Amino acid sequence: MTPLLDVQNLRVSYTARSGQSSTALANVSFALQPGETLGVLGESGSGKSTLAAALLRLLPANGRIERGAIYFEGQDLLRATPRELEKIRGDRLALIFQEPSLALHPAIRVAEQIADVIAAHKSFARRAVREHAQQILAAVFPSEVKRIGNSYPHQLSGGQRARVLIAQAISCGPSLIVADEPTASLDPETQQEILALFRALRQKFDLSVIWITHNPLLLEGFADRVLVCYAGRVVETGPASSVLSSPRHPYTQALLRCLPPSTERGLANHKQCLPVIPGEAFVSVAAAEGCRCRFEPRCMERMVICTEREPEMIQLNSTHGASCFKHVD
Amino acid sequence: MEPLLRAENVAKRFESGGAFGSRQEVRALAGVTFSIFPRTTLAVVGPSGSGKSTLALCLACLEPVSSGRIWFARTEVTALDAEGQRAIRPSIQMVFQDPASSLNPRMSALELVSEPLNIHKRFDKPERRDRACDLLQRVGLPREKAAHRPDEFSGGQRQRIAIARALALEPKLLILDEALSALDCSVQAQMANLLIDLQASLGLTYVFITHDLAMAAHLADEIAVMERGQMVEMGAAWSVVNAPQHAVTRRLLLAAPGVCHSALEPQAV
Amino acid sequence: MNYFLRRLLQGVLLLIGVSFLTFLFSTLAPGNYLDEMRLNPQISSATLAALRSQYQLDRPLPIRYARWMNSIAHGELGYSFAYNSAVAPLLWVRARNTLLLTITATLLAWGLALPLGIWSAERRGGLPDRALSWATSTLLVIPDLVLGLGLLILTARSAWFPTGGLVSVAFENLSPLRKLSDLLMHMALPVTALVLSALPILIRHIRAAMVEVLGAPHLRAAAAHGIPHRKLLYGYALRAAANPLIALFGFSVGTLLSGSLLVEIIMSWPGIGPLLLEAILARDLYVVIGGVLFSTVFLVAGNFLADLLLYWADPRIRTTAGAR
Repeated sequence: MTPLLDVQNLRVSYTARSGQSSTALANVSFALQPGETLGVLGESGSGKSTLAAALLRLLPANGRIERGAIYFEGQDLLRATPRELEKIRGDRLALIFQEPSLALHPAIRVAEQIADVIAAHKSFARRAVREHAQQILAAVFPSEVKRIGNSYPHQLSGGQRARVLIAQAISCGPSLIVADEPTASLDPETQQEILALFRALRQKFDLSVIWITHNPLLLEGFADRVLVCYAGRVVETGPASSVLSSPRHPYTQALLRCLPPSTERGLANHKQCLPVIPGEAFVSVAAAEGCRCRFEPRCMERMVICTEREPEMIQLNSTHGASCFKHVD
Repeated sequence: MEPLLRAENVAKRFESGGAFGSRQEVRALAGVTFSIFPRTTLAVVGPSGSGKSTLALCLACLEPVSSGRIWFARTEVTALDAEGQRAIRPSIQMVFQDPASSLNPRMSALELVSEPLNIHKRFDKPERRDRACDLLQRVGLPREKAAHRPDEFSGGQRQRIAIARALALEPKLLILDEALSALDCSVQAQMANLLIDLQASLGLTYVFITHDLAMAAHLADEIAVMERGQMVEMGAAWSVVNAPQHAVTRRLLLAAPGVCHSALEPQAV
Repeated sequence: MNYFLRRLLQGVLLLIGVSFLTFLFSTLAPGNYLDEMRLNPQISSATLAALRSQYQLDRPLPIRYARWMNSIAHGELGYSFAYNSAVAPLLWVRARNTLLLTITATLLAWGLALPLGIWSAERRGGLPDRALSWATSTLLVIPDLVLGLGLLILTARSAWFPTGGLVSVAFENLSPLRKLSDLLMHMALPVTALVLSALPILIRHIRAAMVEVLGAPHLRAAAAHGIPHRKLLYGYALRAAANPLIALFGFSVGTLLSGSLLVEIIMSWPGIGPLLLEAILARDLYVVIGGVLFSTVFLVAGNFLADLLLYWADPRIRTTAGAR
């Protein structure tokens, strides 16, 4: 089966004002099958937001895609013209940004913002566009559709704004939605509501989803496969069930270990120190590529070889892979 | 043992409305009563809009209460005048959620931490600098970075600066209003360890306001659940999480990722 | 509704306050209209005394103020000693000309500044942006006076435009179309001077507001949805930048008005400017107050218009102020 999205050896760098360039993503490769939900797990500095922006070629002015290919529905997005990209964005491939409170225009009514997306891609008459927008709103909001449609973003709650972003994303019937931490600023109950909404919508509209987050617990029971990123590289990839319950890369293992213990395990760990990943979070460095493993300074299982070369992705079985020298033999 | 902080029927109303329009009243807190004992951690959880942040502001004397009384170490805080409140303030300090907006971006880490000492005129100038350096080291920041500005630090490091600043005046009570919520998971773990360590070595008392029930269960001795301005349940962390009494608590536990309770196991979709 | 009533009330109070203060300062200033005459030995002191009581310059201040307020109620706005007539008709003729100039200049200045500001914000950092920035800096530095005089010299040498006045001498005899073209030719120079003096500040502020909005998350999100570029710029970015720009509009009305008074004097445009100058030099009290009051009314009206625009443009004001 041809993958819906095929990213090959993607390399993105940013150039600071001083002229120094730093690599945000290096050698990132993965494939997404139609109907699949891929969870991208990464903390600050992992390059996850850069990945989301790069997929749509919406990097800021000082960002550059240096190498690689992004095949979406058979077309290489890196060779597409700006006109073609404008057509694809929002119509075939939709992006939901972080911070719902900031991603909506403050002075335009919500229904109109959704209608604008539809009007940009479909050549419906104005009335048809409005009706379509109402239908989309009804799919996303259980009640009070008209009132919410007429509201401005500041009159809605955080969860409602997140739903509006989702409505905008699905309005033209895309095949892939990339969601960059859309629930990060919401409280857990609303987060669960949004996740449930996503589950319902992806089934109804047969969507493929890339869900980017820093919280591994959100991917449990939601993602089919998980991609773990650290310092702009993919360190582990595999089915969600195996990556989250039996991770093979030292970073993933350490990350999952440092979560507060599940309360079923009892009070034994109460107020005890959590096993943390030592050292500070990775800050991008303009080092030559391939000279060392990026996680090595903080790794508990580091070896000499880790300072000499960068590890390749090693397939542990047909679906699960980790880029770590300890699996080389 | 005497409670360090005691609140009795604390209520807070916000009024909005101009001279011409009708007044709208928002009841942020409606009669909250509880006590906190020294060297313990109280976690305050609840859905959005339940009044957690308002409670934090009232306890920190940053907002006057509309009615009710608060005692701090035998002094009735709500009965104090401005001068008296100023004297109490060093003992109750607050750490906010977003370090990017709670730290002045134009001041260096050292200046930020010595600012409270300057304002309250504690110690003489050279000693203030030394104390600030000590505090930065205490929270795990490298000495070489003391002169850097907040934007040169990571999110976790900025929160460390905020905590160091809060500790400058040697408070007894530290109110953390979602202080860990904006941080990555691994950084949250580091900060949790720091807080536990500081509590043990400095004898601090924490009021920890959070959405994250798993972290609350890990860090807190007691958990208070709020809804619509009222405290609907309060008890030992362990019993609140494993034997919740109130419907709101059950709802929060169900929604919280990472908190498993066999009786409340959500249906897999 | 309350929002506007409040603003209106504030405007009226402002007018009353300004009128009182102007009255006070003008009468407290040394000298009065009759001083010139006093220097003339042919006019006897008895005549002067009689004139004084006729013009009521010997009455106490509050009474004069009350009488002046009374005359406003009658639509006269006081009495001009120099012109020997009520102030109101005098003012009105001149005010029309000033309004013609100022409104045209405002429309033209904004009509030019908006596209230029947006264009340079889009190409921020590039060569066109830097060139425009250099040009606006230069214009900003040149005082209105020098600009006006420079333009005058240019015209006087080249005879492209008439160098002063509202209309040509033979105006009445021209056909309507030629009347219009004659008026426009006369307006060209003063309007150019005003527009050139206002343009740099407007362009800079518009550019700054747009640059800020262009970096906003909601614009990136709209781009991610494939909203076409033009709509992104005008429908989304400009709308989000409306708040500071509308405030700027209110402010620009004031600066254009004060600039116009100066330009009118230089270019001999028969507006409020020359009238006011004359009246100040001659101590023609009520004309001075009338002129100042006119300026204040225009300013208040301009800012009220800005408030109206803000109400329409920013839903946050509408929903929190109106929904009661």
